[in-house]
Amino acid sequence: MSGHTEVGNYLTHPKGFWSWVTTIDHKRIGIMYMATTMTFFFIGGIFALLVRLELLTPGLTVMSADTYNKFFTYHGAIMVFMFIIPIIPAALGNFFLPIMIGAKDVAFPRLNLASYYIFISGAALAVWALMAHGADTGWTFYTPYSIRTNTSVVLVALGVFVMGFSSILTGLNFITTVHKLRCPGMTFYRMPLFVWAVYATAIIQVLATPVIGITTLLLVMERVLKIGIFDPALGGDAVLFQHFFWFYSHPAVYIMILPGMGIISEVIPVFARKHIFGYKAIAYSSLAIAGISFIVWGHHMFVSGQSPLANLLFSVLTMFVAIPTAIKVFNWTATLYKGSISLKTPMLYAVSFLFMFTIGGLTGLFLAALSVDVHLHDTYFVVAHFHYVMMGGTVMGLLAGLHYWWPKMFGKMYNEWGGKISWALIFIGFNMTFFTQFFLGYLGMPRRYYDYPPQYAGLNMISTIGSWFLFAGFLLMLIYFIRSFFSKEKAADNPWGGKTLEWQIPSPPTEHNFHETPTVTGKPYDYGVVKL
Amino acid sequence: MIAMLLFQWRLPQASNFAPMVDRLFDFILWFSIISFLIIVVGMVFFLFKYWRKKIPEDKSAYITGHTKTEMSVAFFLLVVVMVIFYWGWIDYKAMKTAPEDALEINVIARQWLWQFQYADGKMLTNELVVPKDKPVSLIMTSQDVLHSFYVPDFRIKQDVLPKMYTNVWFVANKTGPYQVFCAEYCGTSHSQMLAKVKVLEPDDFEQWQMTGELPEGMETKVAPAEASAAVSGAAASTQGEPLAEKGKTLFSNKGCTACHSVTGAAGVGPTLKGLFGHPVELVDGQKVNVDENYIRQSITEPQSNMVKGFQPIMPTFKGQLSEEEINALISFIKSLK
Ligand code: HEC
Ligand SMILES: [Cu+2]
Repeated sequence: MSGHTEVGNYLTHPKGFWSWVTTIDHKRIGIMYMATTMTFFFIGGIFALLVRLELLTPGLTVMSADTYNKFFTYHGAIMVFMFIIPIIPAALGNFFLPIMIGAKDVAFPRLNLASYYIFISGAALAVWALMAHGADTGWTFYTPYSIRTNTSVVLVALGVFVMGFSSILTGLNFITTVHKLRCPGMTFYRMPLFVWAVYATAIIQVLATPVIGITTLLLVMERVLKIGIFDPALGGDAVLFQHFFWFYSHPAVYIMILPGMGIISEVIPVFARKHIFGYKAIAYSSLAIAGISFIVWGHHMFVSGQSPLANLLFSVLTMFVAIPTAIKVFNWTATLYKGSISLKTPMLYAVSFLFMFTIGGLTGLFLAALSVDVHLHDTYFVVAHFHYVMMGGTVMGLLAGLHYWWPKMFGKMYNEWGGKISWALIFIGFNMTFFTQFFLGYLGMPRRYYDYPPQYAGLNMISTIGSWFLFAGFLLMLIYFIRSFFSKEKAADNPWGGKTLEWQIPSPPTEHNFHETPTVTGKPYDYGVVKL
Repeated sequence: MIAMLLFQWRLPQASNFAPMVDRLFDFILWFSIISFLIIVVGMVFFLFKYWRKKIPEDKSAYITGHTKTEMSVAFFLLVVVMVIFYWGWIDYKAMKTAPEDALEINVIARQWLWQFQYADGKMLTNELVVPKDKPVSLIMTSQDVLHSFYVPDFRIKQDVLPKMYTNVWFVANKTGPYQVFCAEYCGTSHSQMLAKVKVLEPDDFEQWQMTGELPEGMETKVAPAEASAAVSGAAASTQGEPLAEKGKTLFSNKGCTACHSVTGAAGVGPTLKGLFGHPVELVDGQKVNVDENYIRQSITEPQSNMVKGFQPIMPTFKGQLSEEEINALISFIKSLK
């Protein structure tokens, strides 16, 4: 199938800056998203390093309490809204979802470009607000503090509101694409699991994002027009905001993790040369997780004064999330059984995903259990838990995907040794930084603390030193990725031996992906020999 | 696990809830360790055993899944998580039901200090003194933003909200000072919003109530003159009129007596005698139980919970009473048995 005709690839054809900013090619839009969100990852990461640096020792280390409070807010808001929510669906999803189902583009290419610009505008507004006036509420904007603080919460919230639209439009686009543009033979059960995952994510994006839109608007109205909604001083209800906020932000957690899971489902079969274990279970568990994600928001509020009955319901519902999640982890591990495993960089990230995401998932059980959560809520235990899920899960998935698809996207291969060393630094650094925080949390250290009593000093120091390893790992990665652009060597069209459609076309792909519309006759992970 | 050996990682268990919470914590911990080992040991084992150097690319097996194993994993897990849920709920319920005879103390939180108001009129800042082995119930409110009252050694935490009361209770069972943190982010000095709970032997506690003197080793450290209580977490205490007395005075000074009797006779407004802890019927037919939040609401927003058979004529006292005064009034109304 691979194209032998020498048409230019999507990167160089057509040429010129203008052709990029007006492009409606899903691949170029994906690359633009990637460049933007990775830049935000870098900025958010710098703030994380500064926050950790301040916590190196108790008391003042390098900055004042107010600065610290702003920095952890920047870190959280940038990472959540400008990096981890958009990166996989909007960058890798945009690039690969159409190719993987044999389509020439998404269903609404122009809308796709519009979503990008909406995203950029929202992000610009939020960043400008942060830089001009600061914000110190944490990424959760809890009322009534967020209504009273003398910072630019309104503008940041508006930025989030605008970015939400981009997310909704991308979601709509993907749902339509999956339903309408699959190539002949591409039945639902022949779709790669990454497509399933992005599809499930898109459903959440479309259904949940409007709620944060409304919430931020209410917040803005309250601040500007002084209508009492969330501030009890104006006659509002302080806890109401938390309900609204988590009604979106909990499903959003699955917007963040599901696509990462999708990538793992691609990488493991290819590098183990095995059919994925339990295709349908993995596909449906994505949908199940998406479904349950809507009804568990209250587990963020067990000590908020929410009624015990509500707590009971949210606790039991939350426990159900464990089941589809565990099925996935079990199936990925089982896929390795009797395979032929190669530990190239993408696979290293995939197995470290299994390692760290398992920890992230299991520690969720502590937080779902009501009485234990009373102790652990709002401590470093929670911080550790969600970093294991978001960074140990989503970011590991992202890095697996980035290394896996890099040769496809750019037609160049990165240095494998660079990849391995950087992986090791990230793996060690991550666990040093965050495993210590489980202990800190159990021992009672609250989160968002600028200063802490001396008994927490040792663990905090280890954690901060770990963050430097992480930084070194990412720096090395940046270097070898940049170098790979300038290398003369061309990557093969299918360096890993993948069976999904994107590996059957040239690297980098041509502008319209496929020379002629492909016809699919088999399943995406048909590896292995049948023993008779 | 190595870390476990390197430092003392167990928190002191200083309340009735601590061993209870730790038991469930340990159960989940062991379940997690075992599950983690199964996944990770399995994974590492497969990585070595089926390494491509040993198993050529085209010699991997063709297996597409095994629904029975998947189902049994799911089922087993369902059972375990339901056990964890139920266990957590039972313990949590115990944390939510304070015994009748608990010693009640009002807590007022504000950026960035804690105030503790005792029935006998003592007002302590950043220092809570309680007797050992006696249930203590805290009735908490905030003057500004959200805060959260957290004592790790007791395993208790409860958010403190403006304009309403939340409760937390405990029985401290070891003497000593214990750290109180504010656990809900509240601005600049959030990490300085600290206090100490001092648990005294019952005798010492009585002694302290009479004389204000703390036993040896528990004395309040005197704050350096330049540091204000707000930034240093420094403690202070004052002795005033008993709370119910103060409430009684307010009750007549603020003109409540014009409409409310305390003897049982109905006037323009309902009598407040025997009100607390009993159900009241509202105009919409709803029956509600009178607790601190109900009284508070009746005072600050009288029209929001209209009592059946009365006119909406009670003026609002919103903004005219401080948190301390509202606490005093409630304490007085509670005393009208
Ligand atoms: C002008 C008369 C008036 C004054 C002054 C007044 N109240 Fe009332 N109060 C009422 C009436 C009438 C009701 C019943 C209707 C309602 O629920 O608002 C009531 C209801 C209450 C209730 C609820 C009683 C129940 O049976 O549920 C409480 C508690 C209360 N008032 C406390 C106070 C306090 C404390 C003050 C003084 C700070 C005060 N009131 C001043 C007229 C008054
Ligand atoms: Cu606080």
